Amino acid sequence: MARAKANTARTDPDESGAEPLPEDIRAMSFEQAMQELEAIVRELEQGEASLDAAIEHYSRGAQLKRHCETKLKEAKARVEKITVGSDGTVSADPADLD
Amino acid sequence: MTEPTAPTPTPTPAPATPGNVPELSVSELSRALKRTVEDAFSYVRVRGEISGFKRAASGHLYMTMKDTDAVLDAVCWRGTAGRLSVKPEDGLEVIATGRLTTYPGRSKYQIVIDSLELAGEGALLKLLEDRRKALAAEGLFDEARKRPLPYLPDVIGVVTSPTGAVIRDILHRLRDRFPRHVLVWPVVVQGEAAAGQVADAIAGFNALKPGGSPGGSAGGAVPRPDVLIVARGGGSLEDLWAFNEEVVVRAAAASAIPLISAVGHETDTTLIDFAADRRAPTPSAAAEMAVPVRSDLLGDLMDRERRLVGAVHRGVTDRARALEGLARGLPKPAQILDAATQRLDDGAERLGEAMPRALRHRARELEQTAARLRTPTQVIRHGERQLADAAQRLAQGARAAIDRRGERFADRRLGARLDRAAGAAIGEGADRLERAGAMLESLSYARVLERGYAVVRRADDGTLVADGAALTAGEGIEIEFARDTRRHALVSGDGRGSSTKSKPKAAAKRPPGVAAKQGDLF
Repeated sequence: MARAKANTARTDPDESGAEPLPEDIRAMSFEQAMQELEAIVRELEQGEASLDAAIEHYSRGAQLKRHCETKLKEAKARVEKITVGSDGTVSADPADLD
Repeated sequence: MTEPTAPTPTPTPAPATPGNVPELSVSELSRALKRTVEDAFSYVRVRGEISGFKRAASGHLYMTMKDTDAVLDAVCWRGTAGRLSVKPEDGLEVIATGRLTTYPGRSKYQIVIDSLELAGEGALLKLLEDRRKALAAEGLFDEARKRPLPYLPDVIGVVTSPTGAVIRDILHRLRDRFPRHVLVWPVVVQGEAAAGQVADAIAGFNALKPGGSPGGSAGGAVPRPDVLIVARGGGSLEDLWAFNEEVVVRAAAASAIPLISAVGHETDTTLIDFAADRRAPTPSAAAEMAVPVRSDLLGDLMDRERRLVGAVHRGVTDRARALEGLARGLPKPAQILDAATQRLDDGAERLGEAMPRALRHRARELEQTAARLRTPTQVIRHGERQLADAAQRLAQGARAAIDRRGERFADRRLGARLDRAAGAAIGEGADRLERAGAMLESLSYARVLERGYAVVRRADDGTLVADGAALTAGEGIEIEFARDTRRHALVSGDGRGSSTKSKPKAAAKRPPGVAAKQGDLF
C-alpha cells in the first residue's frame, strides 16, 4: 500500500542513536528551540555564568541544536488528499497533484 | 436569449363576426393565457432591481423585480432557493433566469426564478462593500482576531481545487523552501457550490483532533494542520464571488487554525482576505508565508552551534588561563617545605653548638677572671722585686754620691786653690771627710738593719735568702740584725703564710713606701 510506504519513509527523531532528548525539548517547536538556543548562546557569550552553569547550558544548547536539526531533517514532502466519506468521516490518501 | 414569440391566439378562433366569437369561461381563457405565456417565455433572462423580498414559511421566496417603468412579480421555489449563488435582497440589481408563468387565481403573471446573478460590476461592488461593512461591524475583521502563523508548521492544510495551477504552484514553492506534509481538501472554487464547499473544508480541517499523529494518517486519524491556505487562481469578480460569500468569510473568521487567504491576483480583494489571519497576493506567496527557507534555518542553526561551541570553549580557556595565572602566584609545596626544612636544620645545628659555645665562653671568662687573681705568693714576690730594685738603686745612689763627693774633693785639690787653701782647708777637708764618712756609714745596709730589717743567709753556705719559699723546713739560717748582731735559726712550716720565723729582708709589709723614701734621700 502506498499509505504504508509513506509511513515507513518517515524519519523517527529518536533513531539517531544518540542519547534521547529530554521530554520538554522534544515537545518544543522548532522556533521555541531556536529561541532558547539563541538565549543560551547569548548568555554564554557574555561569559558571566559560573563554569558549572556554563557547562550545563552548553549541553542543553547541544540538545536543542540536535532537536532543531532533527526538525530540519524531517523535511519530507508528502501530499495527501482529503476524502469525506458518506458518514462524514474524513480520511487522507496519498495524492499526486503535480 | 429566446425572443418571445408573438402571441398568436391559437386557441381562439379567428374573429369573424361578433356572433361567431365563442364564449369562453374565465378559467378557459386563463388556461389559454397560461399556455401561451409559458410556451412563449419558457426561458428568459430579465434584469431588474429586487424589491419587496420575502421568504415565506414554506421556504419559497417572493419578490418583485422592477425597473423604472415596470414591475414583475418573481418567485423562487424552495428547492431552488438553497442553490442560489446570490442571496436576494431588496435593492439588489440582478439578472434572473427562469420562465414566465401566470397565476390565474389573481390574474397575475410572474417569473419563476431558476438562478440569480448579480447585474453589473457596480452593483456587485456595492454589494461587496455593504457586506464588508456589515461583517466588519460584527468584528469579524478585527486586528485583534488575527493570530500569528506558526514558524514552522508540520502539516499544512490547503483548501483549493485539486486540479489546476494553484495547487501545483503551492506544492512547488513548499518543496523549494521546506518540504512539508500537505493535506489538500479538494473543493470547487467557482459556481454556486463553491462557497459551501470552501466553508465546509475550513470547518472540516478545524474539526480534526489536535495531536493527530503528524504524517501518520495510515493509522486512521488525519493530522490536524498547523496552518491553512485557502487558495484560488485569478478570475473575474464573479469568478471569485464564492470567496465573498458570508458563509466562507464566517468560516475563515471562526477557524482556530491560522489561515492564509490567497484568492485571485494581487489586485483582487475578496472578503475572505479580511477575515484571514494573513492575506497572500498569490498562492505561491501563501506558500512562502507558510514555511521558512530550510537552508536559511540550517545556516542559522549552524551559526548558533558555532557560537555555542565557541562561547563555552572561550569560557573554559579563559578560566584555565586565570587558573594558570593564579597557580603561578602560588608557591610550590616543596619550596615551602624546603625553606622550612632549611630553617629547621639551621636551628638544630645552632642548638647543638650553642651549649658547648656557651660553656666555652663561660670557661674563657672564668679563665680571664682567674688570670687576674694574684696569689699571695705573687703579691709577695712582686713586693720583693720592688724592694730589691729599691735596694739596688739605693746602693747605686750611695756609690754615685760617694763618687761625686770624691770628684768634688779632687776638684778642690786642683791648682792654686789647692795650694792657697791647702793649709786652711786641711782642717775643713778633714771635717768634710768625717762628714762624708758619716754619710757613707748612714747609707750602709747596716743602717737599714737599724730600722728593723734583717738579712737572712743560709747557715751552711752563707748565701742570701731572697725567697722564703726556697727554704725548706728544718733548714738552718743566719739572721743578721743591726749592729752586726747575728743569730741562727731553724725554718719551720712549708713557706706558705706567715708561719715562718724567718723575716725576709724585703718583707711585703711596707716595701713600696720604704723604697720611695729611701730613693728620696738622694
